[in-house]
Amino acid sequence: MVPLSWYLIFAAALFSIGMFGVLSRRNAVAILLGIELMLNSVNINLAAFWRYGDVHLMAGQVFAIIVFAVAAAEVAVGLALVISVYRSRRTVVADEIDMMKW
Amino acid sequence: MTGEQIVFLVVAFVTLFAGLMVVTTRNLVHAALWLVAALFGVAVTYVILHANFLAVVQVVVYIGAIAILFIFAVMLTRRDMRDQGPQMNKNWWFGAVLAVLTFGGLYFLLQGWEGMTKTATSYPVGFDAISELGNALVSPAGYVLPFEVASVLLVAALVGAVYVAFNPRNGNSGK
Repeated sequence: MVPLSWYLIFAAALFSIGMFGVLSRRNAVAILLGIELMLNSVNINLAAFWRYGDVHLMAGQVFAIIVFAVAAAEVAVGLALVISVYRSRRTVVADEIDMMKW
Repeated sequence: MTGEQIVFLVVAFVTLFAGLMVVTTRNLVHAALWLVAALFGVAVTYVILHANFLAVVQVVVYIGAIAILFIFAVMLTRRDMRDQGPQMNKNWWFGAVLAVLTFGGLYFLLQGWEGMTKTATSYPVGFDAISELGNALVSPAGYVLPFEVASVLLVAALVGAVYVAFNPRNGNSGK
């Protein structure tokens, strides 16, 4: 059996990689890619805690499904915003998107 | 070391490598494809965890919908920074330090927790996790309210996304 610690360390590493992407990429789409990695690492933790706790309590999997739905909503809105900004400003570099109104 | 552990280690390293490529590769289409690889690795992790429904949803929703949406967005916004110029901002080293510190902090925190070395109890024979999950999602004693809230959120987000991305200038608004 795989110990619980392996899952947790794997998820922590994936979360850190995603955080590095969020903090250091210039392209707004790449920042959203990093956020996806972070959400996935959280889901690994939820599934692992479901499996290593009482498997008859489905809260871990239910919460992972809620995270799926929220991630889909977040990506849809985020990419729509990026495309809208690109259409009016001709840029997707996060540093250059610095106006509240155009 | 059992076969399950070997499979987990291989999948974990492939996933982490794909994740590193997602955040470091210059070509954004390649980054999106590496994201598909990382998501697939996570799906295999769900299979190892006996979370079969999550594995299928991961492939269908994440790889089938979200990653494809990313590739569309990359292609729609791909005129100005086509792989030239720096892809990292000038504070990227700060992000790297912060990421390493986060990992170190989480690792340190987990080392001090006694549930860390826990091994799973053997999976109950004949336990049908998928029907259990379906019952939990729709029973009033379970999680029907969060489930409905999530679906309302999804509808609101999709309507909002269409509204935000809609271009009134050359859109076919019936004018």
